[in-house]
Amino acid sequence: MSLKMPSLRATAAATAVVLGGAFALVFFYAPNDADQGFVQKIFYVHVPIAICALLGFVVAAIHAIRHLRTGDAVHDVRSYVAIHMGVIFGTAALLTGAIWARAAWGKWWVWEEPTLVSFLIVYLLYATYYPLRYAIADRERQARYASVFAITAGAFVPLNFMAVRLAESLVHPRVFATAEGGLPGSMMLTFLVALAGMALLFVTLMRFELAAKATRGQISRLRRALDAGGAAGTSSRIAPVAPAEGGR
Amino acid sequence: MPALPLDEAGKYVAGAYVVFVALLGIYVAIMAVRIDRMRAELADLAELAERQAASSAEAKREEVRT
Repeated sequence: MSLKMPSLRATAAATAVVLGGAFALVFFYAPNDADQGFVQKIFYVHVPIAICALLGFVVAAIHAIRHLRTGDAVHDVRSYVAIHMGVIFGTAALLTGAIWARAAWGKWWVWEEPTLVSFLIVYLLYATYYPLRYAIADRERQARYASVFAITAGAFVPLNFMAVRLAESLVHPRVFATAEGGLPGSMMLTFLVALAGMALLFVTLMRFELAAKATRGQISRLRRALDAGGAAGTSSRIAPVAPAEGGR
Repeated sequence: MPALPLDEAGKYVAGAYVVFVALLGIYVAIMAVRIDRMRAELADLAELAERQAASSAEAKREEVRT
């Protein structure tokens, strides 16, 4: 089987280069944080992952709107894959955040911290997307309900973000804030390269998943066509073609 | 917040990056399994298509004979 996707290859190569460069900058270029020390290096992976996860949910909402407007199933698939990637990135954000919290605060999780809890709420909200989607057997209804969910939950993401920003308790450090002296140029550059690398990784994995889904769909169509051809053969005088199930 | 000494902070930083790489590895492994299944199914379908083509050729030959 040849899956020729030059644009996907180009994206994958760019991801490897940018992400590799970002990690090199993290460990060989960016200085240690004056307050947190070496532990702050976790943020170069944790923050971009969290940003990409949340942006993925917003992208899913945009595709869901397009799906409801046009009825084109392609947008439903894109919305699904964006949520899928967002949940994977969200898992990584929660795990890396917990590791940082353990190092900085001595606890894996702090329930009093609005940033953490709000991110967990968003993550758990999207975790319910799968059972909701697959509880509906009818394909069209499933896609429509999933789109409504993606739009509603997607609107919740920026609202949630703003609510947390407005909250007074800021135990969670704003390590990349530009106020009070701001972030040194070397740290900002490293962060931006890491963010670009993580965004490229998100796009690459999304394209990979979409390509795999498209191939899966084509295989199913091919099987249906061949099975129909085999069934037609049974009505003739020729021995019927045995349905091939072994490869499933 | 006081900075942790490097020997203590190092394990947490390594842990965070290892978690990231591990998750990526798990995802790639799952996708590899899925693609492998698709490859097997394609081979299966190719065999089915060849059998159908052979059957229809045989049918044509039989029609010519009769």
